[in-house]
Formats: sequence, C-alpha cells, structure tokens
Amino acid sequence: MENRSLFKKITGSREALLTFVLLVLGIFITVLNPTFFSPVNIGQIFRNNALTMIMALGMLCVMLTAGIDISITSTLAFAGMSIGMLTKYNIVNNTFLLFLIAMVIGCFCGMLNGLIISKGKVAPIICTMGFMYIWRGMAYVVGNSQFASGEDVREFAEFGKDGTIGPYIILIVCYALFFWMLKWTKFGRKIYAVGSNAEAARISGINVDNTLISVYTMMGTLAGLAGALSVSIYASAQPNMQYGREMDVIAACVIGGVSMSGGRGSVAGTFLGALIISIIAKALPLINVPSIAQNTVKGVIILFVVIFNVITQRMVDRQNLERREM
Amino acid sequence: MKRKMVSVLLTAVMAASLLSACGGAGASTESAPAAAPAAEAAPAAEAAPAAEAAPAAEEAGAAAAEEATGGADVSGKTFAIVVKSAGNPYFKKAIEGFTEVIEGNGGTVVVKEPSAATVDAQITEIQSLISQGVASISVAANDENALQATLEEAMAAGIKVNCFDSKVNADSRATFCNQAGTTEVGQALIDAVLDLSGGEGQYAILSATSQATNQNAWIEAMKSIQESDSKYANLELVEVAYGDDEPQKSTDQTQALLSKYPDLKVICAPTTVGIAAAAKVLQDQKSSVKLTGLGLPSEMAEYIGNDDAHSCPYMFLWNPSDLAKLAAYTSIALVKGEITGAVGEKFTAGEMGEYELKDAGDGGSELILGPPFQFNPENIAEWKDVY
Repeated sequence: MENRSLFKKITGSREALLTFVLLVLGIFITVLNPTFFSPVNIGQIFRNNALTMIMALGMLCVMLTAGIDISITSTLAFAGMSIGMLTKYNIVNNTFLLFLIAMVIGCFCGMLNGLIISKGKVAPIICTMGFMYIWRGMAYVVGNSQFASGEDVREFAEFGKDGTIGPYIILIVCYALFFWMLKWTKFGRKIYAVGSNAEAARISGINVDNTLISVYTMMGTLAGLAGALSVSIYASAQPNMQYGREMDVIAACVIGGVSMSGGRGSVAGTFLGALIISIIAKALPLINVPSIAQNTVKGVIILFVVIFNVITQRMVDRQNLERREM
Repeated sequence: MKRKMVSVLLTAVMAASLLSACGGAGASTESAPAAAPAAEAAPAAEAAPAAEAAPAAEEAGAAAAEEATGGADVSGKTFAIVVKSAGNPYFKKAIEGFTEVIEGNGGTVVVKEPSAATVDAQITEIQSLISQGVASISVAANDENALQATLEEAMAAGIKVNCFDSKVNADSRATFCNQAGTTEVGQALIDAVLDLSGGEGQYAILSATSQATNQNAWIEAMKSIQESDSKYANLELVEVAYGDDEPQKSTDQTQALLSKYPDLKVICAPTTVGIAAAAKVLQDQKSSVKLTGLGLPSEMAEYIGNDDAHSCPYMFLWNPSDLAKLAAYTSIALVKGEITGAVGEKFTAGEMGEYELKDAGDGGSELILGPPFQFNPENIAEWKDVY
C-alpha cells in the first residue's frame, strides 16, 4: 500500500478525475474562445454561480443522508422576495440585517422539511415537493404582483455588485466551514453514518432524527442565504427567481460524485461538480453554441461527465480490489 | 406510535394553515384591483402618454364611457381577463385598468392569473371560464397557436374573444388590441440603435425566449427595416441572444456578448427582464456599450441617464393600464354587438376616443393603441412611480 505510485494515486481519487475533466473542458473552451481564461471571466463564473455553489453544500449533506431537497429554489425565492419587499418599502435597509432575515426564513423553511421528514417519516422527495409549491406560492403572495429591482434594492445591491468581494468571501467561508465540519467534527461523521446505514447509526447511539433535522435546516439556511445573495447580485427580486435551478444544484452534486443512495460524497468533489456546471453555463454562449441548442448541449455534457466518472470509478474500484486480494 | 400520530397531525395542520394562507391571499389579489384604482388610477390617467383624450378624472371618464357606449347596459355581464402569469407588475397594471373600465360600466370582472407563464396553464383557466359562462374573454396569450382549440370552443359557446399584449392567431379571436404596431416598435428600436451607435458599428439583441411571439416579430421588423433603408447599412447585427427572461441567464448572455464582441456598441433588449439584467451588467462594469430596448420605468430608473455612469440613455414601452382599458372597451363593444371584429369597423373606446379595426396582416383585425412611448432622463422620475 505504501509504494502506491503517483499515477495510481491520481487515478485513484474521484476528485483527481474531476480535476482532469475540468482541465480538458477548460482547455477545449479556451482554444475556441481565448477570452474564456481571463481573470474577469473567471471572477464572473464564481459570482454568477455562487448560488449554485453555496446550495450544493447543503445538498451534499442532504444527499449524504440518502435524502433530496427539491424545495430549495422555492425557499430561495420566498426568502429573497421577502427581503426584496422589506428593502423596497424601506422597512429594513441594513444589508447585514437583510442577509440575516433571509437566512432565518430559510432556516425555518428547512427545519419544517427536517421535522416532517424525520418525525413524520415522509419520503424526502414528497415532503420537499410539497414545500416546493408552498414556498414558491408564498413568494408570489409576499410579492403581491410587485418586483423589487433597480433602485428599490440599490443599497442592498452594492454588496453583490460586479467588482466587490462580498460574494467571494461568503463562498469561501461556506466552503471552509463545511469542509471542516464534514471532515473533522463529530456531527459531520454522524451525517455520513446516518447515510451509510441509518439502522446501524441508530443502534450505535446516534440520534438519527436530530441529524436529519439539522441537515435540512442547514440546507434551508443556505437556500435563504442564496436568496439574499441572488437579490444582491442581480439587483432583482422576482417571485419566479431561479425557477428550476434546483436541478443544477443536484446535478453539481451528482457530477461531484455524491451518491444518490447516501453515505458517499465530499466537499471537494461537490466544489468541482459545481464548478463544472458553472463553466458549462458560462462557456456555452461564449463558444457560439446557438442559443436555442444550449440546454440540449448542457444535458449531453452532464450525462457524458457522469458516465465518464462512473466508468473510471468502477475501473479504480476493480483495481483496488485486485490489490487487496494480492 | 402515539407520538408519530401527533406529529403527523401537527404537520397536516401546519400544511393546511399555510395552504389556506395562500388561498386567502390569492383571493384578495383578485379583489384588490377593485379598490386600488381609486388610489392609483388618478396619477396614471394624468400622466398617460398614449391616452389621446384629456386626462379626465375617474368619474368623468366613466361617465363619458357610459354615454359613448349608450349607458351601462353591460351590468350583470361578466368580463374575464387572462394574463400571461401571476406576480408580474406589468400585468397588475393591466388588470387594474381593465377592472376600472368594466366596473365603471357596471360589469363584473373575473381575473385569471396562471401560476406559470405556460400555455397549458392558460388553457385550464379559459376552460373554467367557459363553464362559468362569461360574456367575454380578453387574453394575453403565451402562445400564438396553442390556444386555438380552447378559444374556438369559447366562441362556439357565444363568448366574445379578444386578445391584448400578445396575440393569438386570426381564427382564435375577434380582434387584437395591439400595444404598438410591430413596425412602429421595430422602427423605434432600430432608430435608437442607429442613434446610440453614432450611425455605424456592431449591435446585438438580447431577447426573451426563442419562441416569444412579440420579441420575434419586433426583431424581424428591425431586420427588415434595416435592410430596406441605406442609412442603416453601416449597422451590423452580430447576434440575437436569448436570456429566457431570467436574470441569471440574461446576465450570463450579456457578459458573453461583451467578451465575444469587443467592438460592440449597442445592445438592444426588447424584453423587460432582459433589459434590466443587461443594464446592471453594463453599469457595474462601467462598459462603454450603450443599451436600449423595452423596459419597465420602475425597474429601469436606476440605469437611465445621459452620462457615462448610466448604461441606458433611453428606452421605450407603452402603458399597460391603457392597453387593458382598450381591451375592456373592445370587449364591451363586442358584447353589445357594436363591432364583430371585421376590418374597417369603428367604435368609441370611452374617454380614449374613436378606434378603427385595421388589418393585422395575419388574416385578422387589430387595434393599435399608439406609438411606443420613450422614457428618457427627463421623464423617468415621474414615470417610475406609476408602473
């Protein structure tokens, strides 16, 4: 085991494979359009996709427990719309306070998900489907046929304006926090334990229900945060904001090697998966893929990456197995 | 087991209370416009750009309307308005205008706001209106052809069908209340591009979805006007990008346009969500590229200005409230049998004056509200609070 060569080490980890895919993708796009690899463009990739990247962290934890949450963009819209209205009518204008309110709303939404899923024993996809409609509906109710945009949110939008570092800081802090939590805290290990084998976790004294509630609450809080960020970055709060984007978040996790059946996945993988999704979104208009064909191409690339990932992973597993037998 | 039951019950109660909250509020949005015009109609009428008639006070307008249409003999009849989707300020204004006219003439209004901007959601709403037996339906269509079967069914049931904002095909309607002639919009936009580019150079279009009826018609009009006159010969349309009326995608597309075409001079976005997203991108990046198109004054006030600190020198739109008022008068005229929808017919649209049904060029007739209205640094301040 000690004399494992560098090559084996590289091919042996899923993250390394994803980095390889990312490099190929990056080189391919840069050849087609050299402006892709410019600092401005890279900055925009992270800014425009900060929402997907942040929510992917919550989705990682949810999927580690073998769950799924499809209510996240509805929570995002509800939280975003609420603070949009608060600042439009000058009820609250403090940026920090608005972020906090959005997170509290998200936290509450997520906690409801967690309570119903753990205590009510409702399948995660069913429960979150219900809330997907409820929170999206609430976003419309809160908005009451008004958008908050442009000068309504002028002060708040300063935070996410092109050229500011606020969104990047939030992104880095979130990733650092979750990396540390999943890797080095007892709570992080509990999440993995619950996802790998809930019954075994229960017997070994882990409170499965509480873990589930915490996981969905974290997801909701991140969705609320993403809602505030979305309003700030795009200077626009509309009830239909980020509609359908929960699939991007799930795709980011799946590309990043998070298993749908729980227990398997990492923060690094999720980051790389989210980055691949972001690059696809950014690059397709740049390399002259016709607008009307962009979604199709996006789907093909996602499937291709996942299949490539699965095949190589299987090869690696087989290699490792052979090694063990020897 | 008992605990589980309790939690299930609690959940059910919670969900039910949320649902009822939604339902309650939904109902109140339908009745809200009835009360709202009293407060909001006054400034709207005063400043109305397209209204030819003098800015009449509310009662005077209603009275004139009653006179013109021969008294309030539409009382007891129900007029339906079907908008593209819920939660859009543009259609909220439209609903207010529609309600004001219909209720001023003694009719009852039913408002249908589909939760998503899809054609199947509209079909469901229209079918419920048919079984309800309304007198007329005014629809802003999400698709030009897909509503045909449902609307033909409505007309067969004796319901008068007209559309506004976005038309349905000629077979599915009596007539169409067009906010501005397609050619007029195309002309205004291409002239703005010519002006802002200084007469030559590259420009790009940022549209809504690739199937959007209105946007495609305007873009086609721009292209054909450009070809027909040599003064546009030095303009080059480099790309039509689609932002799907979504801020994030519109932002991505705008940034892509900027990095793909370093010599780009003007972006024209004939869609309200797209123009706001593009305006923000250009303004944040302090880009020298200028913007024009169609936008909501309240959303665009932040970006309109003549100096370099603002990305959009001027843009266009019409008054959605006036457009829906015209649709309301048209509905009344259709229900009373004053018009049938044939080209050449004339009727009086209350305080808005006389309108003539013109050939829409698609085998049907249309009414044109007026030319698109320009919003610029001089008038944006007074308009941003209106809609």
